[in-house]
Amino acid sequence: MADVPTHATTLAPTSPADAQALLLPYVLQLADTSLILAHRLSEWCGHGPILEQDLAMANIALDLLGEARSYYQYAAELEGKGRTEDDLAYLRSAVEYRNPLLVEQPNGDFAATIARQFLYDAFHYHLLLQLQQGPDRQLAAIAEKSVKEAAYHVKWSSEWVIRLGDGTEESRRRLEKALESLWRYSGELTTPNATEQALQAAGLVPDYAAIQQQVDAHVARVFEEATLPVPQGVFMQKGGKDGRHSEHLGYLLTELQYLQRTYPGLQW
Amino acid sequence: MSQKEWPLWEVFIRSKQGLDHKHVGSLHAADAEMAIQNARDVYTRRLEGVSIWVVESKHVHASNPDDAAAFYEPANDKIYRHPTFYTVPDSIKHM
Amino acid sequence: METLELTQEEQFQARIDADTRIEPKDWMPDAYRKTLIRQISQHAHSELVGMLPEGNWITRAPSLKRKSILLAKVQDEAGHGLYLYSAAETLGASRDQLLADLHAGKAKYSSIFNYPTLSWADMGTIGWLVDGAAILNQVPLCRTSYGPYARAMVRVCKEESFHQRQGFEIMQTLSEGSAEQKAMAQEALNRWWWPTLMMFGPKDSESPNTEQSMKWRIKRFTNDELRQKFVDMMVPQAEFLGLTIPDPELKWNEAKQGYDFGDVDWAEFWDVVKGNGPCSRERLQARVQAHEEGAWVREAALAHAEKRKQRAEAARAVAA
Repeated sequence: MADVPTHATTLAPTSPADAQALLLPYVLQLADTSLILAHRLSEWCGHGPILEQDLAMANIALDLLGEARSYYQYAAELEGKGRTEDDLAYLRSAVEYRNPLLVEQPNGDFAATIARQFLYDAFHYHLLLQLQQGPDRQLAAIAEKSVKEAAYHVKWSSEWVIRLGDGTEESRRRLEKALESLWRYSGELTTPNATEQALQAAGLVPDYAAIQQQVDAHVARVFEEATLPVPQGVFMQKGGKDGRHSEHLGYLLTELQYLQRTYPGLQW
Repeated sequence: MSQKEWPLWEVFIRSKQGLDHKHVGSLHAADAEMAIQNARDVYTRRLEGVSIWVVESKHVHASNPDDAAAFYEPANDKIYRHPTFYTVPDSIKHM
Repeated sequence: METLELTQEEQFQARIDADTRIEPKDWMPDAYRKTLIRQISQHAHSELVGMLPEGNWITRAPSLKRKSILLAKVQDEAGHGLYLYSAAETLGASRDQLLADLHAGKAKYSSIFNYPTLSWADMGTIGWLVDGAAILNQVPLCRTSYGPYARAMVRVCKEESFHQRQGFEIMQTLSEGSAEQKAMAQEALNRWWWPTLMMFGPKDSESPNTEQSMKWRIKRFTNDELRQKFVDMMVPQAEFLGLTIPDPELKWNEAKQGYDFGDVDWAEFWDVVKGNGPCSRERLQARVQAHEEGAWVREAALAHAEKRKQRAEAARAVAA
């Protein structure tokens, strides 16, 4: 983790204790990411293209929800203020949410959902492979459990990319359109923000450059089989990880948090 | 635009190591790979399996129920195939 | 010829009377096959459409735990629909055709799913009441005469028991919660009680198929018997929750060792059955839309599978 960009050094913590303090926002980022994507996928439940795939998407959503809960529970523990997983999920506003922009994008058609899922799964799987070997034992434990799930997710979404890319003219057109609008959110996944840079410097978060290479290789392999060109030179949007979201997140949270906000402080 | 349905597959699951695969039901899938994954998503949500077989339903050949008498009843009188047919003296062990 | 047919039918009935299961390739009367396809597919459609009213609250579930449970439950319903369509397919029906009948409004499904879910308490009520009623219907079907149907029902019932428990747990949490939550639970019970009683179908006197279905053992209790069982089962549970069943005529009858209860609004029942339930149109539309919007996906997967097959064959030809 030697080659941290110089502009980050001013933000980088000077002691392990500071790095530990930055772990909380990072764990929240992981939690928010899994939750928001699970939420999006769960919107498909009952509306999938065929029963078998309805079940598949719900399984992925359930895996991600479970992963999100583990992170939130850990975040609550790190924070040490007596807040619960639900307080963290249900009582933070959009600007406090730390998920990357990609996962909050609306479902669109099945091709858009597959494109979003594929871009995320490819990153998620390779991230977890690294995190499970990281020095933070709790994070490593969560990653070790989740990586098995993510391995299945990436298999599922990769195969769908191939089917849709090398399926019919219509499926290819739809997938290309989806990639055209979603590719610009893929860069944020492996572009470290200040928190991540500091944690990378402290060795708590894996090197994203290496992950990017693995993701690129996977994407190239899948796209080749799907007979799709890998988009080049696309301007990459970012900001979600720092709370600067697209307008979609507000509506999502309004729905997600409706009951907790309407009837504060109750058990359900 | 074709209106064809995804083919039907029969699903067999081994519930744990050491046991046979057992027929659990069927599902639709476009190809074998997808059939295995669909089987995983549909039939193993509650730890029901450690291994999956899928066979496209059209490839399963079944015996005809009308042949049942000819097929299975002749075994009825072959009682000498069963160990209980034979008497072994009480004093003989390990047989 | 005619006497032979009669013998076959008599043999068939004798097997059923002896509780021997009928399997897909066995001879069966056409009417048995048709009735079963209708019954199993109605049941499958109910699971499929039944995903919608609860699916309506997945994104608004009030805690991460509840969200997981609800999603898993609605997903189970997809699974149940799938098991049941598979059972119907062993009788020679195709899922596509069954769905086409549903989408055309020709096939029925449980009337209960044509009511809207308006509050979180509806998730509790559906699990507790509606699934409770469904289980009463379904448990006897685990011993139904047609093998694939009975096996599908065993699987369904195993999974269904968690559904009812999670519903009861939601109701209990609400009943023990704030005044608002308790009111929410009572209001939901008020709305769902009567539609739930309707789930058992018309009165026995107006259910002409019951006798034949009982003879074939594809139905094992009459509608009124199950309705009575349900009320007797639910009254103490409602009392435990401190909720009032919205029926002024409800009272214990010592002589019959069961509850007397008021009559269902049968005009409403028939309206809903005929497709005029409060959400009938929306439910069907949602299903049609999902199916139509999924057409290109299903087609693409088939096209890709076909391409692969051809490539593999071409590669084999080159190798040979």
